[in-house]
Amino acid sequence: MTANFEVREHDVLIIGAGGAGLRAAIEALAQGASVGVVCKSLLGKAHTVMAEGGIAAAMANVDAADSWQTHFRDTMRGGKLLNNWRMAQLHAQEAPDRVRELEQWGALFDRTESGAILQRAFGGHTFKRLCHVGDRTGLEMIRTLQDRGVQQGIDVYMECTVTRLLMDNGRFAGAFAYWRENGRFIAFKAKAVVIATGGIGKAWTVTSNSWEYTGDGMALAYEAGAELMDMEFVQFHPTGMVWPPGVQGLLVTEAVRGEGGILRNKLGERFMEKYDPKRMELSTRDVVARSIYTEVREGRGTEHGGAYLDISQKPAEYVKKKLPSMYHQFKELADVDITKEAMEVGPTCHYMMGGIRVEAETGQSTIPGIFAAGEAAAGLHGANRLGGNSLSDLLVFGRRAGMAAAAHAKKTAYASLDNAQMQEAEKDLLAPFANTGESPYAIHRDLQTVMQSLVGIYRTAEDLERAMTELQMLKARAAAASVEGTRMFNPGWHLSRELKSMLIIAEAVTKSAMARTESRGAHSRIDFPELDASTWGTKHNIIVLEKGEMVRREVPVEAMPAELKEILAQE
Amino acid sequence: MDNEMAIVETDAEIAEPEVKMAETTLRVFRGDANAGATVDFQVPVAPGMVVLDALHYIQGHLAPDLAVRWNCKAGKCGSCSAEVNGRPRLTCKTRMDELPKDQPITVMPLKAFPKIKDLVTDVSWNYRVNKKIPPFEPKRGVDWKISQLDVDRVQEFRKCIECFLCQDVCHVLRDHDKKEEFAGPRFFVRVAGLEMHPLDGADRTGLLKDELGIGYCNITKCCTEVCPEEIHITDNAIIPLKERVVDEFYDPLTMLFRKLRGSGGSQKEKSN
Repeated sequence: MTANFEVREHDVLIIGAGGAGLRAAIEALAQGASVGVVCKSLLGKAHTVMAEGGIAAAMANVDAADSWQTHFRDTMRGGKLLNNWRMAQLHAQEAPDRVRELEQWGALFDRTESGAILQRAFGGHTFKRLCHVGDRTGLEMIRTLQDRGVQQGIDVYMECTVTRLLMDNGRFAGAFAYWRENGRFIAFKAKAVVIATGGIGKAWTVTSNSWEYTGDGMALAYEAGAELMDMEFVQFHPTGMVWPPGVQGLLVTEAVRGEGGILRNKLGERFMEKYDPKRMELSTRDVVARSIYTEVREGRGTEHGGAYLDISQKPAEYVKKKLPSMYHQFKELADVDITKEAMEVGPTCHYMMGGIRVEAETGQSTIPGIFAAGEAAAGLHGANRLGGNSLSDLLVFGRRAGMAAAAHAKKTAYASLDNAQMQEAEKDLLAPFANTGESPYAIHRDLQTVMQSLVGIYRTAEDLERAMTELQMLKARAAAASVEGTRMFNPGWHLSRELKSMLIIAEAVTKSAMARTESRGAHSRIDFPELDASTWGTKHNIIVLEKGEMVRREVPVEAMPAELKEILAQE
Repeated sequence: MDNEMAIVETDAEIAEPEVKMAETTLRVFRGDANAGATVDFQVPVAPGMVVLDALHYIQGHLAPDLAVRWNCKAGKCGSCSAEVNGRPRLTCKTRMDELPKDQPITVMPLKAFPKIKDLVTDVSWNYRVNKKIPPFEPKRGVDWKISQLDVDRVQEFRKCIECFLCQDVCHVLRDHDKKEEFAGPRFFVRVAGLEMHPLDGADRTGLLKDELGIGYCNITKCCTEVCPEEIHITDNAIIPLKERVVDEFYDPLTMLFRKLRGSGGSQKEKSN
């Protein structure tokens, strides 16, 4: 055992303190496990805090006809049937209880006249289904979970980054990490881990994601030998800010459209009539994002290359009440009063449908003891996620992963931490101080340019091949990246490690996108514009590390039981 | 300089990034708990730019080890707090074009907390204070119906993004460092959110008086002025909580009643 750094022991280690990580922590603790939560930021700052529109749950408070069956059907159709049907079923069935539970822990949602939780319309949802607090639902959720978790007794390691999962002959043993504040190392000995680190938006230039979204957890699992699945499905949210430059990509909640916002091009045409006349602005995100992109590409974009999104036909007081963050965001950052004028919006990289391949019931990856939940896990959303299904995903599958991880810990003894692996992790981390290459910031900018221009909303074989070549060169540059300064709170150094995660995941996305020669949900191939139900409708892409190489495989889509098929077939 | 800015703003369609941009000076604290000084950086100014954009420019091009906390860059997470030209602010919401153009923009770490490095301070004390506050306790046997009016009142407090600017500006913490005795505005806002929740059954009045030291606040409203969420911290949270403490502990009738009953306080009837 290396003695020159801190070692902590927990039955269950949780990486990530957003909605999924905190919900998993609360559950594992309730099952009697000792729980440690490691997060890159301060507690309460995780990306969940930025979720705006709401939590999808078929509570039927506003539309009495809603049911889990309809929610299941909407989710599967939105995901172009590539979803794990069991996850979609569990999610639709359990989401209402998870919301009620949040209320018992102190969350407060907007109300109906009769005092029940109010629900709003959202893209792809048949009924008014999103429980919300104005447009700051994520803040309400994370604060509630944070306070609950802390009071129940989770140990939180804030501003701490895990750089490697430690294995003991194929068994999960723990994790190696460093404190961002002072650069000192820390090892965790654990019986199970839940990876809840979110997505990979920071590999693109225009993104709604924060700096934390660098695909760390997916890369950690991949390097430990776990399988990644559906990595080609990256969601571009249709409405990000496009002006001024500093806020490009910043999210404009779908709730604007849910509350009646209308999209127009510079000619004043309500262009969704062309692309989805039935659902219009409340079509699914993949469709709306492509529609805006097409309008701009064909010369009908706004001054700054977007579309107009207009909610000013609603009373000003109503807009300020239901969309307070949006009102302030545009007023303060773009000098636009959304109660009077239209917003300019365009697609922004927002969410990863793919991720760590997990079992539906437990969230366990293909390696025993390694679990995943939330955006880091794949399955629930298939080829395209519906708005509002993310927050409910965090709660439903965070809880399930926490429960299963605690159960796993109960029947497992600690494995031993391997010195050689920890020394290697230490060496990798310190290498940039001795290197003589360029700044990680320059390499990061170039990675973002490659992904933005070659692996975006529309893809071609040619672009993807070029991206693959570029990524290999970027990997070489990243390996030689050098950092200035000391190990004390050094963002350049931190980025040099995060670059490695981003490059692994960017390659996994590109490799999967090259293979899938069809267009489905968020994956649109110009050279293969049609949905290919008979071939690609039957399989998932898998990415796995074998003998040091990234390998792609295919696995069949699981057959759905007859009773769910029946639900799916109904109108 | 102004002239160039105007060109970029009014004629954005033909403006290209290669066009020589206006520059400004950012005077940023660099150092740690032991030593430090401000360092000047020249930063190009783009339309609509905020101070956090400028700090990112410095990290990306001039000083990759500049320590800055941030997350959402949208005023929702409360990570990027600093003192800009002497005023506690979120750097992601501080527009460069609102600041005087003829002088450097100074960016200093929050003064009320120990320095770690550059603009990053040790705010862990806040998390320790938070642990002292008993959590939400659902009332038993009630129908879970709440009116929107009650939600609105409590939501004002729950809007708090924990940027700790109110803590930074509060003189009880900033100048007198009463961190052992006093919880600070942030946590009165949190307690107000719990106490005024229509279905909460716990009582935190004794805690407010003793452990959280609400009596130290002399309602100068500095906290309210800096709150980026525009929470009326003093009027809507602190003053009503002070009134509850007075009602429970200093009201002559209640005191007499308590004396007769021989109890030590804390039987509160919740009034909302």
